Amino acid sequence: MIGLRLRQLVFASIIALIAYVFLANVMFPASMGMALDSYSLTIVGKYLCFAMLAVALDLVWGYCGILSLGHAAFFSLGGYAMGMYLMRQIGERGTYGHPVLPDFMVFLNWEQLPWFWYGFDAFWFAGLMIFFAPGILAFVFGWFAFRSRVSGVYLSIITQALTYALMLAFFRNEMGFGGNNGLTDFKDLLGYPLTSDGVRVWLMLSSGLALLLSLFLCQKLLATKFGRVLVAVRDSESRTRFLGYRVEHFKLVAFVMSAMIAGLAGALYVPQVGIINPGEFSPLASIEVVVWVALGGRGSLYGAALGAIVVNAAKTFFTGFYPEAWLFFLGAMFVISTLYLPRGILGALEDLAQQVRGKAPKLSQEGLS
Amino acid sequence: MVRVGSFIFSLFFLFQVASAQTFVQGKALADASLKEKAVWMEKLASDDSEEATRILQYWLDGILVYWPQENRLVRGIKEGRRYQLQDLMTEEALGAVSSREIDRVKTNNSLRSALKQVLGSRQLGSSDRNVRLSAIAELKRRPDYKVLPLLKKREASEQDDQVARQLSELIGLVLLESAEANDQMEGLRRISGGLSPEVKDSLSRFLLNPNLDPGVVEVAQRELDAITRSLMYWGIGQDLFFGLSLGSVLLLAAIGLAITFGVMGVINMAHGEFIMLGAYTTFVIQQWIPATSMWSLLISIPTAFVVSGTAGIILERLVIRHLYGRPLETLLATFGVSLILQQLVRTVFGPLNQSVVTPDLLSGALDINAAFSVTYNRLFVIAFALCVLVTLWGVMQRTPFGVRVRAVTMNRGMASSMGVQTQRVDALSQLTNVGPNLGQSYIVDSFMVVVFGGVGNLFGTVFAALSLGVANKMLEPLSGAVLAKILILVFIILFIQKRPRGLFALKGRAAED
Repeated sequence: MIGLRLRQLVFASIIALIAYVFLANVMFPASMGMALDSYSLTIVGKYLCFAMLAVALDLVWGYCGILSLGHAAFFSLGGYAMGMYLMRQIGERGTYGHPVLPDFMVFLNWEQLPWFWYGFDAFWFAGLMIFFAPGILAFVFGWFAFRSRVSGVYLSIITQALTYALMLAFFRNEMGFGGNNGLTDFKDLLGYPLTSDGVRVWLMLSSGLALLLSLFLCQKLLATKFGRVLVAVRDSESRTRFLGYRVEHFKLVAFVMSAMIAGLAGALYVPQVGIINPGEFSPLASIEVVVWVALGGRGSLYGAALGAIVVNAAKTFFTGFYPEAWLFFLGAMFVISTLYLPRGILGALEDLAQQVRGKAPKLSQEGLS
Repeated sequence: MVRVGSFIFSLFFLFQVASAQTFVQGKALADASLKEKAVWMEKLASDDSEEATRILQYWLDGILVYWPQENRLVRGIKEGRRYQLQDLMTEEALGAVSSREIDRVKTNNSLRSALKQVLGSRQLGSSDRNVRLSAIAELKRRPDYKVLPLLKKREASEQDDQVARQLSELIGLVLLESAEANDQMEGLRRISGGLSPEVKDSLSRFLLNPNLDPGVVEVAQRELDAITRSLMYWGIGQDLFFGLSLGSVLLLAAIGLAITFGVMGVINMAHGEFIMLGAYTTFVIQQWIPATSMWSLLISIPTAFVVSGTAGIILERLVIRHLYGRPLETLLATFGVSLILQQLVRTVFGPLNQSVVTPDLLSGALDINAAFSVTYNRLFVIAFALCVLVTLWGVMQRTPFGVRVRAVTMNRGMASSMGVQTQRVDALSQLTNVGPNLGQSYIVDSFMVVVFGGVGNLFGTVFAALSLGVANKMLEPLSGAVLAKILILVFIILFIQKRPRGLFALKGRAAED
C-alpha cells in the first residue's frame, strides 16, 4: 500500500526532525554549526503545535463527523492555563514588583488574586488545568449538544458562537485574564529562563514528542472497536443509533479527548511565542484550523498534521514577503481543497500513486461528505 | 488710583453716551479688571441695540478685540499667528495684524456663564423660533430668579405653542428658586409632566432644601416620583425602538442567509461580504453623486442589489453548484471566497474604513419628548426591512417562482422529479443577498438569527431577528454591551439544545440521512 507508505513517511520525517534537533542542538551543539538558531526553533515548534491542533480537529471531524468551528477555543484555554502559570512565575520581577499579583491586576487596582488564579503557581496544578479546562468545557458543551442531537451545520454554528462568546468575555478586563493585552512578559518555566536557547530546544522537542504521542494515541484508539463505531457514526449516525449504540457517548468521548489534545497544543504554543491574548479565540482562527485539515486530508491524522505544517509554512512565507497576497492564497486554498481535493494532499497523492500503478482510485469519498 | 480713576471715568463715559453706537471705543473694556468687566456687562445687557448683542456674543466667543490703531472694538479671528480683523457691524475686512497690535477682551468662567445668561434672555426675543428654543434650553440649565420678570413678559407675547410650553416649564424651574411657598407651588404646577433631565435635577435639588413647607414637599415628592416613573416607561420605549431597528438590520442581513440555507441547504459564509459589496457600491456611487442628495440613495439601493446579486450568481455558478449535498464543504469553500473578497476590497479601497454619508433626509430626529426621540435613519431601516420582507413574502407566496422555491426547500428530490429546474431556482435565490450599509461584523449575529429562528422559514427569521435585536438593546443598559452580547450567545447555545432545529422548525418531508 503506497498510502501506508506516505503515512509512514510523514511519521518518519517528524521523528527525523526531532532526532536531528536533539543531536545537533543538544548532544553536539558545538560541532560544525549544524544547530538550528532560536528563530527557526520557535517557528518549527509553533508548526508542531499547530499540527497537534489539526490532529485534534481531525479526530472529531475526520473520524466522527463533528465539524467544530471552535477548536481554537480549546487551544486557547490550554494556552491560558499555561500563561497563568508563567504569569505567577514572574513574581516580583514584574514592572510593579508585586509579589503575588500579576502586573495587569496591580494596574487595575485589584486588592487580591481572584479565586480562579489560586494554585497556578504550582506546575502540577497548571499541568492538570491544561487538560481539564478545555476538557470540562468540551464535556459540558458536548453533553448538552450531543444529547439533544444537535448536529451538522447547527453544531458548527454553535461551536462558532461558543468561541466568539469566549473571545468577547476574555476581552473584558473584569474577567481577570488581562483583557485585550492578554498574558505576556513571561520570564521562566520551571526555573529556566524562557529566552535561553536550551529551553527553546526542549520546548520544540516536547512539542514534537507530544505530536507523535497524540498521533500514536489517536491511531491506537481508532484501531479499536471504539474507533470503528466512531467511523460508523460519521458515515451514518441514525443507522448506528438504530443498531443500539449510544451515539452521543461515543461522540462525547471523542470530543473531550480532542479538546484535551488541543489544550496541550495551546500550552506548548504559549511559552514559545511568549504571549496569549483573546485574539486566539477569534472564529477566524478556528476556521483556519479547518482548512489545514481539509487541505492535508480529512480522515487521515497524518494528512491533518502535514496540512497544518504546509499551510503555516506558506503563511510565514506570504506574510513575510507578500502580505497582500496571503488572504487571496488562503481563500484559494479553501476553494481548491474543497472542490478538487476532497481527500486533501495526502489523499490526492495516494490516488495518483494508485493510478500510476494502473488501478482505479479508491471510492471511499461518499462517506466523507 | 489711576485704575480707579479710569474705572470711574469709563462708567461716566458709558452713562454719558448710553447708546452702543459710540461704544466702539473699547480700550477701557479691554483694560478693565474682571470685576469692572462685570459692571460693563450689566450696562451692555440693559442696552437693547443690535451692536450691544454682537459685542456680547463676540465677547463670549473670545473673538472681541480692541484695536488701538483705530481706537475701537473689532472682531478678530485668529488665523495662524495673525488676527483677521473685521468691523463689528458690517463684518467688512479691516486687514490682518499680529497679536501684539491688539488687545483681546478676556473672560473667565463666571463671566462666561453670566454672558450666556444675558445673551440667552436676549435671544428669547428673537424672531426665529429655533433661536428662542435653544435660548430656553440654555436658561434651563441654570434657572435664575432674576430673569423672572423678563420671562413673564415674553410668555405673554409668545405665539408659538411649543415655545410657550417650554417657556412655561422654564418659568416653573425659575419659580422653584423662589422662597415663597405660593411661588413654589405655582412652579411645581408648571413643571408637572416635564421629562427633561433639567426638571428632574431641579426637583431633586429643590427637595434638599430644608426650609420647605410640608405641603410643598409632598407635592414635589409626588411630582418627582411621577417623573421617575414615566422616564422609566419612556426609556423602555426607547430601548424597544433601538432594539427594533437593530433587529431590522439583523433581519436584512439574515434573511438572504436563511433563504440560501433553506432552499439550497447551503451555508453561505461569504454572505457578510455580499453585504459589504453592497455597502461599497453605495460608497462608490456617493463619490459620483453628492451624498446629500436623495438621488444618491435612490440609485445606490438598486445598484447595490444588482452588484451583490451578480456576485451571488457568479459564486453559485463557479463554486456552490459543484458542492450540492455537501453542506460542510460548501461552508468551507464559501469561507474561502469571503477571504478573497475581503482582501480584494482591502486592496482596492485601502484598509481604512470609508465613511458613507447619510443623506440629509435621513439625518436628524423626531423628538417626541425630552426622553424619547426617533432618529430618521433608524426609522428608515425599519421601513426598508418591512418593504423587503413584504416583497419577499409576496414573491414566495404569490408567484410561480416562489412556489418552486418553496417546493425545493421542502424536498429537493421530489421537486426536481416534478419537473422543477432546481438549478435555476438555486441561481436565482442568490439574488436576495443584499442590504444597505451593513458591516461584515454582522455575519456571526445573522447566523445566530437563522439558527434561532429555524431554517428556511421567513416568519421564524423575522421573529428571531426582532426578538434578538430587542433583547440585545434591553440587556445593554443593565449589563453593558459586551456582556449583553455574551448573554445572548450563551442563551442561543442553550436554546439550540432544547430545539435543535430552531424556534420554528420547518416540517420537512425529507428523512434524515
